[in-house]
Amino acid sequence: MLNNKIAVIGDKDSILAFKAVGCDVFSVKDKQDAEETIKKLARNYAILLISEDICKQAEEIINRYKTRPFPAIIPIPTASGGTGYGMAGIGKNVEKAIGTDILDKK
Amino acid sequence: MARLNVNPTRMELRRLKTRLKTAVRGHKLLKDKSDETIRQFMVYIKENKRLREEIEEKLSAALRSFLLAGSVMTSQVLEEAVAMPAFTLELQTGKANIMSVEVPTIQVKEGEKTDLYPYSFASVSAELDGSIATLSDLIADLVHLAEVEKTCNMLADEIEKNRRRVNALEYVMIPQLTETIKYITMKLDENERSNTIRLMKVKSIIQNEQ
Repeated sequence: MLNNKIAVIGDKDSILAFKAVGCDVFSVKDKQDAEETIKKLARNYAILLISEDICKQAEEIINRYKTRPFPAIIPIPTASGGTGYGMAGIGKNVEKAIGTDILDKK
Repeated sequence: MARLNVNPTRMELRRLKTRLKTAVRGHKLLKDKSDETIRQFMVYIKENKRLREEIEEKLSAALRSFLLAGSVMTSQVLEEAVAMPAFTLELQTGKANIMSVEVPTIQVKEGEKTDLYPYSFASVSAELDGSIATLSDLIADLVHLAEVEKTCNMLADEIEKNRRRVNALEYVMIPQLTETIKYITMKLDENERSNTIRLMKVKSIIQNEQ
């Protein structure tokens, strides 16, 4: 069941900071590890913050949870700065709904 | 457009006419729904874009300063400093209904805020305090972003599904039904005419015999 908490998934260095503010952190090493962790945590947590590079690797799993209300899976930038993955996700949503990315042109 | 495979009878005609009426009404309703969902979606997606731009910038800055803070300490001290957080963040979750799409609502539950820093100031650097302070301010925004982004995801999905339904009705169902109704009406008229002709013929034969 939902335990109304935030889980943070990413490499060890960039997620440690979240521990201090009361989130549960899970560091993952490779793709398989990431996928298993996401599957496990999706059952319990309301929000999963996943660093962009992990998101890219485990896209297939993450897409499965897109249509359910919970959990909300949100890509976050790492300490080295954003890669634009999160913004690309927004663009993809617009494209899916309207047919073309109309926000990009502005 | 292919017509449906039905018998050209009056009963069938009546049935198809009701179906056509329902289809046209359904099409109109779904089209209205699609317009409104897209309008709502635009509001959310703009919010989403704005929030994400803002948060990505702040968050990478906060994480960078955390990394910097970490570099002046040994990793054991750093890990020890954050290992026992002073509080765990609790969320308040629920579900809202936007155009019959169930979307999540998430808020940070206001608990008693104890001391933000779970460590003693003696052992850690000042940068760590700063990065943790900004991060804890950011968490509320992050939760809001999560809610908005999830809503956008779900609305986009619903809009796509709805568009398929509208298109199926507009380009398949309704033409098919109109075609079939036309076919049945013509067939029935044809029957009527041939019946009249037959009667006329019979009448003239009878008259000739007398």
